[in-house]
Amino acid sequence: MTALRQEPLAEEWARQRARRRSSVLARLRSKPVAAFLMCLPLLVLIVGLIIYPFFYSIYLAMLNKRETQVVWLDNFRFLFTMDTFWLVVRTSFLFTFTAVFFKALLGFILALVINTLPTRGQRVWRGVSLVPWVMPLALSTLGWWWIFEPTHSALNWILVELGFAPKSWLADPFWARFSIILVNVWYGTPFFMIMYLAGLKSIPLELFDSASIDGAGPFQQLRFITLPMLKNIIAITMLFSTIVTFANFDIVRVLTRGGPRNETHLFGTFSFRLGIESGDVPLGAAVALVMFPILAVSAFFILRGVRRSVV
Amino acid sequence: MIEQRWKRWVFFYIPLTLFIIGTLFPFYWMFVTAIRPDHELYRSWRAANNAPFWTLQPTLAHFQDLLARTTFPRWLWNTFFIAVASTGISLFCGLLAGYALARLRFPMAGALGTSIFVTYLVPPTLLFIPLADIIREFHLGNTPWALILTYPTFLIPFCTWLLMGYFKTIPKELEECARIDGATRLGAMVRIIFPIAIPGILSAGIFAFTLSWNEFIYALIFLSSPERKTVPVGVVSELIRGDIYFWGQLMAGALLGSIPVALVYSFFVEYYVTGLTGSVKG
Repeated sequence: MTALRQEPLAEEWARQRARRRSSVLARLRSKPVAAFLMCLPLLVLIVGLIIYPFFYSIYLAMLNKRETQVVWLDNFRFLFTMDTFWLVVRTSFLFTFTAVFFKALLGFILALVINTLPTRGQRVWRGVSLVPWVMPLALSTLGWWWIFEPTHSALNWILVELGFAPKSWLADPFWARFSIILVNVWYGTPFFMIMYLAGLKSIPLELFDSASIDGAGPFQQLRFITLPMLKNIIAITMLFSTIVTFANFDIVRVLTRGGPRNETHLFGTFSFRLGIESGDVPLGAAVALVMFPILAVSAFFILRGVRRSVV
Repeated sequence: MIEQRWKRWVFFYIPLTLFIIGTLFPFYWMFVTAIRPDHELYRSWRAANNAPFWTLQPTLAHFQDLLARTTFPRWLWNTFFIAVASTGISLFCGLLAGYALARLRFPMAGALGTSIFVTYLVPPTLLFIPLADIIREFHLGNTPWALILTYPTFLIPFCTWLLMGYFKTIPKELEECARIDGATRLGAMVRIIFPIAIPGILSAGIFAFTLSWNEFIYALIFLSSPERKTVPVGVVSELIRGDIYFWGQLMAGALLGSIPVALVYSFFVEYYVTGLTGSVKG
């Protein structure tokens, strides 16, 4: 008897509970709310650790050295009168453009060469050539630092053996710049190669077939098919690499620490020197912010390119 | 036929081999230095019985020193812990947000996608000074959490972007079938879509792991005590002592510190390529 009486009651409770829960769930299940909840961790992170720090760094850059008083643009004004700052600007541009140019050129040639190999061989070559890009850059740069060591290491030995004069690689301003560019090209070329190789694979083979039937030689095919078809990916990769190269820190920090006589400082390392090592946080923040316009312009063009390639 | 083969060698295999030698030489040189005894390292390379590019008495002394007398094992563990934790956080956030952006039509989805791509382009060198201040403010300086919380700033945008692209390639019908059969959206997402997306998730995961293992500038700034450091920072800043460089030990450290990444890489080469090309092409 009791069991019979209890049963409908329990059922009723269960139904009520289900109804209550389903109204909460229904609201959660509506698309915009669910989407918002799913993006929430991402949003919190972007706002808290990217957007807020960005505006905070603008605020920091307008303080005096002891961070007690707002001095507006005085830090920037001071920077623009500093010879070292202009040296950093020149070095950064020289470093970025030279390195990106050689990475793009070497990467393109390599992609073309590897693309002509049989498919199985391609994988091996591609796998091996990507190694510098995957390994910890700070540690492989340490290896380069040792290679550049003038008396006990490999590079000068090879030079002497080939009949050249040994060089003091990292102590001479010209060769120090050459060295950081060389290491950056060594590190970044695989990235270009992989991107271009993926681009080459996406060109329909019929284009080359019909061109060769029409009598186009390899160079004409390169000029009139490969380059136009890869135009977008070449542009995106170069802009992308411009940002990464311009903001490079690891190579200079490990190889030269900005020396000799500040000749190899980039924005990143100079900002570190001023803001962290010398303790002038506002000035360091100002140096880093000077990078922003260049990064923003590159990012703008990358976005335009990516949109175009998606559509 | 013979002439063609000859051409192939001159234009392809010889340049490629030279390129590969150039690519791998630094690692070879690290290796040779790491197993070379000290008395060979610091003498003139023209000395009698010297083999400049090889060593006649290979030794493991530098590795033993490194593992027994320095905090190197501790750095390995720190790096591993930080890399795994930040990769886990990033994958979790990236999976949810990537799915929402790819599948749920909601207002501002396009704008949000774009802003994620923009944050992906923000380099660490731009924000390390304000972040250092914020970390100090929250008393997180010199703890692994400083890195576990900041690494996702460049990992999550990357993971989200990559996974969003991957989810878009999975046909909607699969999910619709599951929904018709009575699965909830969450159920369909977790049981149908995520398992199909495992290659994408793996790609994003190993990429995120590599990026956090290799990270240098945040680790250099946010950690100060030697036993808390990560491998790249520890080797670069703690093993260089005074004016005489212990090249053997330094190179042993650089080599051992790269090996975990090299192992992951050798197993998942194709996933790296997917991650690399997928992240920029979108």
